[in-house]
Amino acid sequence: MLLIPCPHCGARPENEFRNAGEAHIARPAEADDAAWADYLYMRTNPKGVFIERWRHIHGCGRFFNCVRHTVTDRIIATYKAGDPRPSLDVLRAWSEHAR
Amino acid sequence: MSGAFRTASGGRIDRTQPILFGFDGRAMTGFRGDTLASALLANGVHLVGRSFKYHRPRGIVAAGSEEPNALVTVDRGGGRLTPNLRATQLELRRDLKATSQNRFPSLDFDIGAVNNLFSPLFSAGFYYKTFMWPASFWKHVYEPLIRSAAGLGRAPTEPDPDRYLHRYAHCDVLVIGAGPAGLAAALAAAETGARVILCDEQSEPGGSLLAETEARIEGRPAAEWAAGVARALAGQDRVTVLPRTTAFGWFPDNLIGLAERVTDHQDRPDPRLPRERLWQVRAREVVIAAGAIERPLVFPGNDRPGVMLADAGRIYANRYGVRVGDRAVIATAGDSGYRAALALLGAGATIAAIADLREDPAGAAVEAARQAGIAIRPGTAIAGSRGGHRVTEASLRRIGGSDRVERLDCDVLLMSGGFTPAVHMFSQSRGRLRFDAALQAFLPGKSAARERSAGACNGRFDLEGCLDEGFTAGAAAAKAAGCGSPRTRRFARAGAVPAPGGFLGAVPGTGKGKAFVDFQNDVTAKDLQLATREGFRSIEHVKRYTTTGMATDQGKTSNMNALAIVAGALDRPIPEVGLTTFRMPYTPVTFGTIAGASRGMLFDPLRHTPIHDWASEHGAVFEDVGNWKRARYFPRSGEDMHQAVARECTAVRMAAGMFDASTLGKIEVVGPDAATFLERMYTNAWARLAPGRLRYGLMLNEAGFIMDDGVIARLAPDRFHVTTTTGGAPGVLNHMEDYLQTEFTDLKVWLTSITEQYAVIAVQGPRAREIIAPLVEGIDLSPAAMPHMSVQTGQICGVATRLFRVSFTGELGFEINVPADHGRAVWEAVLQAGAAYGIVPYGTEAMHVLRAEKGYIIVGQETDGTVTPADAGLDWAIGKAKKDFVGKRSLSRPDIVAPGRKQLVGLLTHSPQEVLEEGAQLVADPHAEIPMRMIGHVTSSYHSAALGRSIALALVADGRSLLGQTLYVPMPDRMIAVTLVAPVFYDQEGRRLDG
Repeated sequence: MLLIPCPHCGARPENEFRNAGEAHIARPAEADDAAWADYLYMRTNPKGVFIERWRHIHGCGRFFNCVRHTVTDRIIATYKAGDPRPSLDVLRAWSEHAR
Repeated sequence: MSGAFRTASGGRIDRTQPILFGFDGRAMTGFRGDTLASALLANGVHLVGRSFKYHRPRGIVAAGSEEPNALVTVDRGGGRLTPNLRATQLELRRDLKATSQNRFPSLDFDIGAVNNLFSPLFSAGFYYKTFMWPASFWKHVYEPLIRSAAGLGRAPTEPDPDRYLHRYAHCDVLVIGAGPAGLAAALAAAETGARVILCDEQSEPGGSLLAETEARIEGRPAAEWAAGVARALAGQDRVTVLPRTTAFGWFPDNLIGLAERVTDHQDRPDPRLPRERLWQVRAREVVIAAGAIERPLVFPGNDRPGVMLADAGRIYANRYGVRVGDRAVIATAGDSGYRAALALLGAGATIAAIADLREDPAGAAVEAARQAGIAIRPGTAIAGSRGGHRVTEASLRRIGGSDRVERLDCDVLLMSGGFTPAVHMFSQSRGRLRFDAALQAFLPGKSAARERSAGACNGRFDLEGCLDEGFTAGAAAAKAAGCGSPRTRRFARAGAVPAPGGFLGAVPGTGKGKAFVDFQNDVTAKDLQLATREGFRSIEHVKRYTTTGMATDQGKTSNMNALAIVAGALDRPIPEVGLTTFRMPYTPVTFGTIAGASRGMLFDPLRHTPIHDWASEHGAVFEDVGNWKRARYFPRSGEDMHQAVARECTAVRMAAGMFDASTLGKIEVVGPDAATFLERMYTNAWARLAPGRLRYGLMLNEAGFIMDDGVIARLAPDRFHVTTTTGGAPGVLNHMEDYLQTEFTDLKVWLTSITEQYAVIAVQGPRAREIIAPLVEGIDLSPAAMPHMSVQTGQICGVATRLFRVSFTGELGFEINVPADHGRAVWEAVLQAGAAYGIVPYGTEAMHVLRAEKGYIIVGQETDGTVTPADAGLDWAIGKAKKDFVGKRSLSRPDIVAPGRKQLVGLLTHSPQEVLEEGAQLVADPHAEIPMRMIGHVTSSYHSAALGRSIALALVADGRSLLGQTLYVPMPDRMIAVTLVAPVFYDQEGRRLDG
């Protein structure tokens, strides 16, 4: 069971949380059919560093973002919803660290 | 008497406490401190089971949890039956009753042993080769035959009456294994004040020290030192010592699963204690001190009863005071054989010879054996054995010499191929193993978790090294956990230093005959070689094809030999061939331990409404809706469901009915932006809904499909009482929170679940208003003051209420929301007030019929996650002027507006009493060729008492353009003709809503 560091509550066991899919998927204000279908259905599913949303549903109830390595399942960092996406350089450094 | 093979003194057994036990119905005696295995051996019993595939007689091989053969079933009475227990771990207790497995009719005479004669049929992959044809034979002939012939113990058939509990624990340092390394690690960590948990699978701490007779630590005999250290540790507040506790699984972020056997060893199990306990330990740091496992030698006939691991022979002599035989031949690749020879000699046995694979054995142990006058055969391999139910002869052959063999009489044959470090937990933690060429062993390499290995599992086999490495590891773990450092400590010790030595694979010259690698799954060296000849290269594939290492012992004694044989056959170095994955559990864990208290009524939470008890007392038949128990109908004496539902429906249409709607999801949406938020979450318009009014709300997901619906009351400009479907409540709240927290972050809105705060009583029917009128205070029920789809707050029966005027039946109706604690009292008051009018309680079944007569959809019944508002005929619920709401953009996607989508329609069977099956398919042409094109399906189907005939709702491709036409429902025995109609069957004009 993962230990997930909720940015509001600290590290708590995985069964207090619910995964909510890939993070930083902006809801477009305007979109043609292809772009809208992309928004609805297409996700990156990478092998490696992945930024996803979790909700501390049995805790504070807050959604937040989480950087997880999909090969090692290691959680690299978490940050509040609305905070900016980490830069590519930061992600690359994290990726090395978690390999 | 406690057995002819018991030594007069020595060992950790209590000779003053004889214990009577039974094995296969035979009564025998052992001592307190024995295991079932040691007690059997003390009685001269080696034959304890039949092998998996060939039903060969098998004996006890090991002395610990790695035992592959000696699996027994223990019956503790009253349904307490546990199969596949290792006799080597079963502590003897009063009246222990164990039986052998996989034999019929008896252990001595087993019909299945005929398999041994047909063994050429059962070579590697025999399932795939032999039972190929004809295909239908597999299910009815081959599989039942194989299942009855092969196998382990039988699963119990009765429910397990025992209790099992779960515990959660946190610690700074978890130490796995309480041998010398583990004890030293725990001492170091405890000294820093760290919270320490020390677990060990054996009945007492000490590990290998429990069988030491020579070694001394800090001036005391090793076992005595271990007991003292364990006692001192257990006495500390911040240290927990857990004997009989196996660390079986490593989960992410240092969560370790421990299985504690709490009462099985007790003569009379303490009823206050659980049988077993699952510990889920979150450890900051872990020290793995799991020891090492001795390897068998692979030679023909190495599976005869009486052929044992050398160190097991030593342990039985030193720890249990048992002589495993009177005349021993020892085959070894290292010092272990010599130590065993000396121990057996001390226990009164004769040593016929030691055959050592090494050309030039030397060292303290070898010298001691030589001094004792034991015949040593250097550069000699064990070539085979003879015997029926017990080994009677061993044959030795000089390596590289002639084919001449030396035959020696014996009743026990001890073997040692060296030791395999127990890297299971390290490997489970995802650490990377490295192959140590000098030790010919895989050792812990790069860590992936916060752990460190110490002692034999890390390749340190000498006592001094184990103690020092353990202490260092414990200190490092405590420091890493932020607990400071202990004082340096050296453990003065005395005793022999064993020289390493080992052999992997089949011994030289192994030719004919079955040389077993995996005893529990009956895999031989030849099977592995055959697999490589047939083209298998990956060790993972060889494992699955031959089943080597796939038994319940997971190849503890066999994996390294198998790997070496495969590497040899492929002519590749061992590290290149690689190792198969270690998986949990380290040893089998009972289902009871995993389930814990989550059984029966505690398996899943049950949700009861405040009116549940009343319904139960009045004979309601319940159905499960999610975790809720809902009253389905209230049969009167002699009524079946059909009659009860017809009566309940008629009462609602003619007079009044009352329905417990408390399970409806309820969410209070509050804040200055509440209306704006609902505008975005629901398809409907909310901004101009006046306080005091209700509106039907339709919720879509972003893909434009119907997700939920419900009636929403505006209580105040900034306060809405939202209702959801019973099953959808948690999902709707999560969906709302998601958008509120991450998309519409500009809105000031608070969401609160109030589902369980309110009981909801629906009163429906033409007499509804008259019935509740005398009960309410401060509410004007007149049609002008309280029209359809309005809400008022006031009191009912003296209790605060949010009274909705709303209908899910098509009749005049009210829904009374009252605080949950008052639900039953108000329910009973309404029932009493309605008695004169003929009010009847109705259940979910009548509710379904009544709403279907009106064509009201149920989300999840008429919808399946692919139904749009247009499909369901709910276009009217979409606020056309709204710029945006969740799902709006999707409603103009090409697939959503394309023709051919399934649309909601009504169905009337040509034969009016025919009730269609829900889920049945619809076709246009009853004579079309099979498979027919299916153009729709039935979503709801009932007998309608009001209409005196059956009705159904369906989703049909372009259904609204087919109204009036005939379609067909193909059933196995006939074709049912139906006419498509609009989906409102009763009171199309909606006049009855006003009573």
